[in-house]
Amino acid sequence: MIRIEPRAAPSRLMTVGIPVLSAVVALALAAIPLAFAGAPIFPAYAQMFHGVFGSMFSFSEMLTRATPLIFTGLAAALAFRARLWNIGAEGQLYLGAMAAVAIGTGVLDIPAIFLLPLIITFGAAAGAAGMALPALLKTRFGADEVVTTLLLNFIILIFLQMMLEGPLKDPMGLGWPQSAPILDQGMLPTLMDRMRVHSGLILALVIAAIAQFMLIRSVWGFRLRAVGENAAAARHAGIGVKRSLFGVAIISGGLAGLAGVSEVAGLKGYLTADLSPGFGYTGIVVAMLAGLSPAGVVLAALFIASVFVGADSMSRAMGVSSYLADLVVAMSLLCVLVGGFFARYRITRSVRVAS
Amino acid sequence: MQKVLSLNGLTKRFGTVLANDAVDLDLHKGEVLALLGENGAGKTTLMNMLFGHYMPDDGTVDVADRSGHMAPLPLGHPQAALAAGIGMVHQHFTLAENLNALDNIVLGAEPLTRIRRDRRRARAKIEQIMKSSGLIAPLDVRVGQLSVGERQRVEILKALYRDARILVLDEPTAVLTPQEADALFENIGAMTGDGLSVIFISHKLREVLAFSTRIAVLRHGVKVGEIATADADEKVIARMMVGADTPVATRDKMTPGAPVLQLKGVSVRGNSKRDSLSDITLTVHQHEVVGIAGVSGNGQTALAGLISGLGRADNGMIVIDGVEIPRPDPKVMITAGVGRIPEDRHHDGIIGAMSVADNMVIERLDDPEIQSYGLLNRAAIRANADRLIKDYDVRGPGAEAGARLLSGGNIQKLILARVFEQNPRLILANQPTRGLDMGAAADVARRLLEARARGAGIVLISEDLDEVLGLADRILVIHDGQLHEAGTRDRQAIGLMMAGELAGELTKEPT
Repeated sequence: MIRIEPRAAPSRLMTVGIPVLSAVVALALAAIPLAFAGAPIFPAYAQMFHGVFGSMFSFSEMLTRATPLIFTGLAAALAFRARLWNIGAEGQLYLGAMAAVAIGTGVLDIPAIFLLPLIITFGAAAGAAGMALPALLKTRFGADEVVTTLLLNFIILIFLQMMLEGPLKDPMGLGWPQSAPILDQGMLPTLMDRMRVHSGLILALVIAAIAQFMLIRSVWGFRLRAVGENAAAARHAGIGVKRSLFGVAIISGGLAGLAGVSEVAGLKGYLTADLSPGFGYTGIVVAMLAGLSPAGVVLAALFIASVFVGADSMSRAMGVSSYLADLVVAMSLLCVLVGGFFARYRITRSVRVAS
Repeated sequence: MQKVLSLNGLTKRFGTVLANDAVDLDLHKGEVLALLGENGAGKTTLMNMLFGHYMPDDGTVDVADRSGHMAPLPLGHPQAALAAGIGMVHQHFTLAENLNALDNIVLGAEPLTRIRRDRRRARAKIEQIMKSSGLIAPLDVRVGQLSVGERQRVEILKALYRDARILVLDEPTAVLTPQEADALFENIGAMTGDGLSVIFISHKLREVLAFSTRIAVLRHGVKVGEIATADADEKVIARMMVGADTPVATRDKMTPGAPVLQLKGVSVRGNSKRDSLSDITLTVHQHEVVGIAGVSGNGQTALAGLISGLGRADNGMIVIDGVEIPRPDPKVMITAGVGRIPEDRHHDGIIGAMSVADNMVIERLDDPEIQSYGLLNRAAIRANADRLIKDYDVRGPGAEAGARLLSGGNIQKLILARVFEQNPRLILANQPTRGLDMGAAADVARRLLEARARGAGIVLISEDLDEVLGLADRILVIHDGQLHEAGTRDRQAIGLMMAGELAGELTKEPT
């Protein structure tokens, strides 16, 4: 008979090994639909690998794709650490992007050294404001933030469409629902010639490093972890639980807002309603894959970006659907969740005694 | 005497911990066997193996069938244990609160495939059992509305309804008043007369000596002794349990000093009776232990919440050290010099996923010794932990290990270390020794009395009357949200007050 028993404590090897193993298992499982699609499996994976690491350009494309995922991954990881379930990074991302184009497209014609920090600050503030409301509803009235943040995404998306048809619409845009381009001095500089990878990546990495440091070494991080691990004990020990939750909500929303800033001011230059192919939601997968550690978020974002970019290349070369990338991402989340179960429980076989 | 059960060399390992090491145990018909041992000695593990919750790594169990013939029990199957006539009543009840007592008793004993339920026959059978055992419970009342004692009787009836011939009770009296406990053992006595055999796990030496026929003692997973109760006394079993004589904390007489805590006409209107207080008045002085005796659910939660800062009073005043606290919260209370030992140490006392060292400083994160400019001083936190672990003898895998890896007693030591290190003016000790073994409980008592000698005032809330009698300078009884001066140290009189009977003249404590 098979039974399930809790483990004393997950080992260090497991906390690192399980996400890695989950990623590998997810890739392996993706071979099944790949085979059904009629593609040769090993050449397809070789193409996928080549599509990321084959050239400097493809590698830089992967980094470009990873940049918003680091931001949204951090947004989810920090909030989830405090058991604050921010599912609204997608909406907060668009709020950040809207703020960026609102002040970056000509309202203020000032040098880059002033304009760029202003765009970044306003974008982060807009994202933070987007998360402040659900946080307030949660701490005041106990409203479930999963519901409020998720539904707010759709409200913000409709608000975005309204803005792109109205005040933010580019008068020179031939009627397309898109914003005017951000001024050149308001754009995040690119890192390499003829490549799209931009300095938003540097910002993301710096923030991830700061987040990792603050989470482990600061009193703020201590309180955050305490609230997340056991809110009752944290409250008993005199930690302001609501304050901590509100604080991390602001930071989480701000980080998601930065993802929007980085996409619009680093990559696209102007805002459309399809700026993000679900970076906000994918950020949740990134955070889970990272075990909610900021340093892990960077690695997980690189992995998921590789899957996306690699699958794109594979689908072009092999003629299979690029939806395979979504499949791998979804399966790695499932594998992490299953892996988390194995980290906490052991399955043992017991022998029946003949009666 | 006829043997009904024998455990042969049962062994269970959890990881590297040997919870039970080749334990042999026999039970005879009509016997009441007390299973004694310190916390973590492996008593519950042993019983869980018997009942099929855990799969032993080694060993066998033989049970007598109805005709008295011993047969091996298939291990790891609660259903098999039930079928063999073994019933278990867990420390934490496993009842569905939204169903009535009858349905709870019958639940799971009916075949799934039958469409209609035969409630009348079930009721007749239960009433028959109630009559012969003396265990009376209202069958048509939702379990959520029953008292703890009634719930426990429902649990036992549940086992008897399944024709249990062997009944295992895990700490049955932990939640009962002395009178209820005595009544329970009377019923058990009646049932054993009818051929039931009972194993009960307990910490309380008094009841073990009074009501068992035989005593088996476990220590570190090994059965260290077995003795007929007639040949035993407290000293003998205590020595068997801990392997040495335990020092008994002695309480010297002390003169109370200035008041450190005054509650003046405080009322709390909670969501239910159990977290409400009505117009209570309480004064605690320096060098004084005030014991609050009472059955759980009579307002202790509200009182503790008030003193620890988790709750607010709707009326009345809280004064600490002569200063009124207008807006109490946990931080304000900590700053005012209140040390709090919470009732549920796992839930409120520690953050299991964080390290022992972190848990030791969690109440003083603003202390410049612990942090500077918002950054944790890791070295200081570690040094603090190493010192406290040594001073308070916190045993476990070390300062950096997760606090959840500690045993209950060591978690309590961690909390004591955290609290006493701040030299609190007032200490709230809410059920400080619940679930602790004798050694750890004696340690807690000694620490509390040390704090009293240093000049702290102590509020001791406890359901264990013996503990209150042993430690408190003054005893108050809490019942139904009201606090009354006991005015006596007589077990029987206080027990009656705990049950709500106003024995003799009761006066509210003068302010």
